[in-house]
Amino acid sequence: MMISQFFVLSQRGDNIVFRDYRAEVPKGSTETFFRKVKFWKEDGNAEAPPIFNVDGVNYFHVKVVGLYFVATTRVNVSPSLVLELLQRIARVIKDYLGVLNEDSFRKNFVLVYELLDEVIDFGYVQTTSTEVLKSYVFNEPILIAPARLQPIDPAAIFTQGAKRMPGTAVTKSVVANDPSGRRREEIFVDIIEKISVTFSSSGYILTSEIDGTIQMKSYLFGNPEIRLALNEDLNIGRGGASVYDYRSSSGSGVILDDCNFHESVRLDSFDSDRTLSLVPPDGEFPVMNYRMTQEFKPPFHVNTLIEEAGRLKAEVIIKIRAEFPSDVVANTITIQMPLPNYTSRASFELELGATGQKTDFKETSKMLEWSFKKIVGGAEHTLRAKLTFSQEFHGNITKEAGPVSMTFTIPMYNVSKLQVKYLQIAKNSTSQNPYRWVRYVTQANSYVARI
Amino acid sequence: MAPPAASQRYPSPSQPSGKSEVTDLKSQLRQLAGSRAPGVDDSKRDLFKKVISYMTIGIDVSSVFGEMVMCSATSDIVLKKMCYLYVGNYAKGNPDLSLLTINFLQRDCKDQDPMIRGLALRSLCSLRVPNLVEYLVGPLGSGLKDNNSYVRTIAVTGVLKLYHISASTCIDADFPATLKSLMLHDSDAQVVANCLSALQEIWSLEASHSEEACREKESLLSKPVIYYFLNRIKEFNEWAQCLILELAVKYVPSDSNDIFDIMNLLEDRLQHANGAVVLATVKVFLQLTLSMTDVHQQVYERIKSPLLTLVSSGSPEQSYAILSHLHLLVVRAPFIFASDYKHFYCQYNEPSYVKKLKLEMLTAIANESNTYEIVTELCEYAANVDIAIARESIRAVGKIALQQYDVNAIVDRLLQFLAMEKDYVTAETLVLVKDLLRKYPQWSHDCISVVGGISSKNIQEPKAKSALIWMLGEYAQDMSDAPYVLENLIENWEEEHSAEVRLHLLTAAMKCFFKRPPETQRALGIALAAGMADFHQDVHDRALFYYRVLQYDVHVAERVVSPPKQAVSVFADTQSSEIKDRIFDEFNSLSVIYQKPSYMFTDKEHRGPFEFSDEIGNIPITPEASSDIVPQQFEANDKDLLLSTDEKDDNRGLSTTGSAYTAPSYDNSNISSQMQELAISGPATPATTQQSSFDFDDIFGLGLSTAPAPALTPSPPLLKLNPRAALDPGAFQQKWRQLPISLTQDCSVNPQGIAALTVPQSLIKHMQSHSIHCIASGGQSPNFKFFFFAQKESEPSSNYLTECVINSSSAKAQIKVKADEQSTSQAFATVFETALSEFGMP
Repeated sequence: MMISQFFVLSQRGDNIVFRDYRAEVPKGSTETFFRKVKFWKEDGNAEAPPIFNVDGVNYFHVKVVGLYFVATTRVNVSPSLVLELLQRIARVIKDYLGVLNEDSFRKNFVLVYELLDEVIDFGYVQTTSTEVLKSYVFNEPILIAPARLQPIDPAAIFTQGAKRMPGTAVTKSVVANDPSGRRREEIFVDIIEKISVTFSSSGYILTSEIDGTIQMKSYLFGNPEIRLALNEDLNIGRGGASVYDYRSSSGSGVILDDCNFHESVRLDSFDSDRTLSLVPPDGEFPVMNYRMTQEFKPPFHVNTLIEEAGRLKAEVIIKIRAEFPSDVVANTITIQMPLPNYTSRASFELELGATGQKTDFKETSKMLEWSFKKIVGGAEHTLRAKLTFSQEFHGNITKEAGPVSMTFTIPMYNVSKLQVKYLQIAKNSTSQNPYRWVRYVTQANSYVARI
Repeated sequence: MAPPAASQRYPSPSQPSGKSEVTDLKSQLRQLAGSRAPGVDDSKRDLFKKVISYMTIGIDVSSVFGEMVMCSATSDIVLKKMCYLYVGNYAKGNPDLSLLTINFLQRDCKDQDPMIRGLALRSLCSLRVPNLVEYLVGPLGSGLKDNNSYVRTIAVTGVLKLYHISASTCIDADFPATLKSLMLHDSDAQVVANCLSALQEIWSLEASHSEEACREKESLLSKPVIYYFLNRIKEFNEWAQCLILELAVKYVPSDSNDIFDIMNLLEDRLQHANGAVVLATVKVFLQLTLSMTDVHQQVYERIKSPLLTLVSSGSPEQSYAILSHLHLLVVRAPFIFASDYKHFYCQYNEPSYVKKLKLEMLTAIANESNTYEIVTELCEYAANVDIAIARESIRAVGKIALQQYDVNAIVDRLLQFLAMEKDYVTAETLVLVKDLLRKYPQWSHDCISVVGGISSKNIQEPKAKSALIWMLGEYAQDMSDAPYVLENLIENWEEEHSAEVRLHLLTAAMKCFFKRPPETQRALGIALAAGMADFHQDVHDRALFYYRVLQYDVHVAERVVSPPKQAVSVFADTQSSEIKDRIFDEFNSLSVIYQKPSYMFTDKEHRGPFEFSDEIGNIPITPEASSDIVPQQFEANDKDLLLSTDEKDDNRGLSTTGSAYTAPSYDNSNISSQMQELAISGPATPATTQQSSFDFDDIFGLGLSTAPAPALTPSPPLLKLNPRAALDPGAFQQKWRQLPISLTQDCSVNPQGIAALTVPQSLIKHMQSHSIHCIASGGQSPNFKFFFFAQKESEPSSNYLTECVINSSSAKAQIKVKADEQSTSQAFATVFETALSEFGMP
C-alpha cells in the first residue's frame, strides 16, 4: 500500500499542494494526470474513471469541492484503500481549516504540508485521525470568513430554511480558537438521508432506496463518552421479507437492510436497547451508514404528459405534488427533462401567481429546467411547455423525451423514520451543558419519473 | 521593488519571477539569523512561509539554503518543521548543501522534546543523499530504542528509507533483526505496523539473493505470527488493519478449525465503515474457503450486504472501487446475486464508468426469473440521452438474448429498437440481430421481415452495414429485394471506405448468386471486377479467389463460400478463465479495476509485497495469445468451482459445433485414421529426429531441462503411471489453482509430430497411450494448448498436472508441471518429454 505522490490540483489544473514520498514516479505526473482527466476519451466514457494507468503509473483521484485530490503509485495496491485515504485526507484538512476550498488551501499550505507529513510517511499511511494528529501538528489554521463560503459544501444545506441552527457551526475548524477567544462546547449529530426513487410511466414505484448516514462532529472538551439511542423498533436485515404498505406504515417499525459503523462505536447494548456508545474523536466522521429498501412515502409525486399537437409541435405538462406535512419546507428544487433533440423552441406557462419559480430551455443540451426556491408541504404545482420542432417527428414521441429527474433538499424531515431518541453526554466536571444539535435532512440522490 | 524587466516578463503579481524576491528574502533571513529580539520567531515564520510558498509554485529558492539552516537554530517547532520541509526538498539536488544540515539535524535528534527528535530523524532519513548514509546509522539506532513511540515509529520507517539509499548499510547494521524484535514486542501498534511494512518490503527485495531473507519472509506467514497480529487487530488503526489482513490472506491454514477460528475472529470487520478494511477481510474469507465449496458459497452470501452498503454510502469514486469488486464476484457467481438485480439498475446521475459496470453485471445475472424485468429496464436506457450508455444497453440486451433466456420476448424488443429510427440504435441492433440469427436461425422469419424494411441508406457505421450485408447474403432467398439492395450497394463501391464492408459485400454477392443466380449475376460481376481492382490487399485477394474458384467449378465454389451452417452454440469469451482466476487471486488490488492480472500493467519490481503468487511473472505468453488458446471447457468448469448448476451439462452438450475447442473424445474413428494418414506422410526417420531434438536443446543451452534427460532416456522411466487415471475437470481446475508450478521445461517436438498436430486429438490419443490423459485442449495453428493429468500407479492420490503449449511453427513446446508430490515432478517431466518426443513416429 505504498503511495508514491500526493497532490491537489485546482479545477484549472494548478498545483495547490504536491508531496513526493518515494521518488519513483517521473516528473510531470501532475500534467500527465490533468491532461488525461481533461481529455478523457477512452471506452466512449465521457468521464475519466477515478483510477487509471499511464505508462505504468497508477493515478487515483477523488473530486472534493471541485478540487482533485490525487495519489500516484507504481505498486498494485488496494484501490479502495487509496480512494478512502484521499477522501479521508480531504476530511482531515477540512477539520483543520473549517472550510475546504482553493483559497483556504493556499492560505494554509504550510499547515497542509505539516498534516501530510504526519498522515503518510514514505508512502505508508500513519494516521488519518484528527484527534491523533492534533498532538503532532503545530501550525494554527488561518481561517476564512464564513461569509465567503460558497454553498457547495454539503454542510451548507443547513444554512437555509432552518433558523434554529447556526449555519457557520459546521464550517468551524476543530482545532482553531474562536476569534472571540472562547470556544463553544457543542456537538452536531446529523441524520442525512439520500433517497433514490424511480417511478414507472404509470406512476408506480419501480425501485426505491434510502442511503443514510448518521454524521457527527464534536466540539466537546475532554472527550466525554456519548450514548446515542435510536428507535427501539429498529430492525436490521430483511429476514421475514414481508410486503409493506406505506399508507399504513405506522407500527411496522424501521427495517434497515444493512448498516456499518465507525471504528469508535461500541455496540455492547445495541442488540438490547438500540443504543450506540462512543467516545467521539475530534473532527467530522460518520457514526453509522445504513441502507434501506423498505417502502416509504416519496416526498414528491411527479406526473408528466407529453402530447403531439400538430406536425411540428408538442405540449409537455409536468405536475408535482409535495407529499409531506405542511410545516416542512423543501428547498432548492430543480426538475429536469430532456426534450427531443429536434426541439428548436420551448415556451413556458406557469400557474397564475407563481412566485419563486424559474423555467429555462437549454438549447445546446435540449434540456427543460424548472426550479423552485422552496415548496411547502402539501402544495401542488403545474408547468405547461409548448415545444416547437425543427423537423417532423416520427415514431413514438415518449421515446424521444424524458425521463424527468428531480433534485431537492428537505431539512428537518427524514423519510425512513429512523430517529435519534436521545443524545446523552457523560457527566464531565469541566463542562456545563453543551449544545446538542440533532438535525435531519433528506436529499434526492436519483429521483426519476419515466414518461 | 521588482525591476521592470522582470515584471514585464511575468505580468501576474501573484507569480513573481523569483529572482529579486529571493535575493530580498535572503538578506532578510540573514538579518534575523542571529537576532534574539522578542517576536523574532514570528517574523521568521512569515519569511519561512514565503520561501516555502515560492518553492511550491516552482521558483528555485535553493540559494537561501544556508540562511534557512542558520535561522533554524530555535526551539520554535513550527519554524523547525518548515525548515525540515525545505531541506527535504533541496537536499537531493544539492548534496554539498545538505552536509550543512547534517550537523543541526543530528543535534536535534538528541533534543529533549520527543517531537523534535522524531521530526529531525525523519528529515535526516529523507535527505536521500547516498554519501550521507554514514550519519544515519547512529541516530536510527537510538531512535529505535527511544522511549517515545512517536520517535520509534519514525525510526522504523527511517530504516526502510536507509535500505533504499544503501541496502548494505542497513543490513550490516542488523536493522532488520531489530525491527523483527520490535514488531513482536513493542507496545505501540503503529510501531508494530511500520515494522511489518518495512520488513515485508526489505525481505521481499532481499529474498532474490538471500536465502535467509527468504526464510524470514516465510516466517511472517507462520501461525504464531499471524495469530499474534490477528488477535490484537483491533488495537491497530484501520490502515494497519488492512496491512495485517493482506498478510493473513497469504497464510495457509493448517485445518478447517484454523479457518473457522480466523473467520470468526474477523467477522465483525465486515461491518467496518472503511471499504478498504471490508474488502481486505472479504479477500481473507474468499481465499481461506477456496477448497470448501459450500462454505465458500456462504461467504458470498455473507459479504453481499456489506458490500452493497459500501457501494451506496461512499463517494462515487469509492463506490466505483467497491462496485468493481462486486462485478468480479457477480460474474463468478451470478446466481447468488440473481435476486439483487435491482441494486444494479443505473441511476440517471451516475458517472458513465459506474453505469458501464452495472450494465455488465445486469447482463451477468440475468436468468429465467429476472430476465423480463432486467430487459425492460435496459430498454429504458436505450433511449438514454447518453449515447454511449444507450449503445451499451442495447448490447447488454443482445448478450442476454444470447444467453438463451426468454429469447422470444427479447427478439421482439430488439425489433422494437429498429422501429425507434435512431441511427445509433439501429446500428447496434443490426449487429445484435446478426449474432442472434447465427445462434437461433429459427428466428430468421421474424427478424428478416423487419430487417428487410430498413433502408440501407440510413446505416453508416461499418459494423452495422456489414451485419446488414451479411444478412442480405445469408437470407437472400427470404428477402425479395436482396439482390437489388446488394446491387445498389455494389454500385457505390467507390464510396465505401471500409474494407470490412467491401469484404462482406463480396461474400454476400456470392451467396446471393448461388441462391438467385439470374438476378445477382450482374451485381456479382461488378463486385468481382471492383474487388480485383481494389487497392486493399485483402479485398483484392478475396475477389480474385472467388473469381478463380467460380471459374473452376460453381458447385465447389458454393460448397466453399456458402456451406450449410450449424448454429453457433456459445460465442467465444473475450477473457480466458485462467486470466479471470488470476484476477480473482489478486482481489482487492488494481487488477480488479483494470480487469487484467497485474503482470499486464506493472513491472515486476513494483508488483509489491502483496503479490499472490510468483508464477504470474513467469507466463511468457502474451495476453492475446493466451486468451485465444485457453480451452473453453474451463469456462464451464470455472463456474462449477462454486456452483452446481445444471446448465453445465447443457453447455457441454452444445459445444460440439464449429468451435475450435473440444473436450477429448476417443470414439471418433475418423480422426484416428486421419491422424495415421498424416503421420505416415512424414518421412519416417525416428533415430535422427530424436537425436536432433537433443541437439536443438543443446543449442539453446537449456542445461536445466536437458541435463537429466539424456541420462535417463535409455533406461525405462522410473515412474509408473496409472493408465486408467481419472480426475474430474472441477478437481483439476481446483488443483491447478492451488498447487505451485514445480517445474517449467522447454522441449521440442519432432516434425512428424508437428505434422500430426493438424488434428490435435492425435496428440491427445498419443499421450493417453503413455498414461497421460488430456483434460482440455484448444488453440489454432500455430499455437496449441493442452492440459494433461496423470496419476502414479501406486498412489492414486498423487497427481501430476501439466500445461503444454506447443508452437507448431517453431516446433517447440513448453510444459509446466504441478504435482502433489513435488519431489517426483522431474521424473514425471522426463516421462512426459519422452512421450512427447515419440509423438508422430510410427
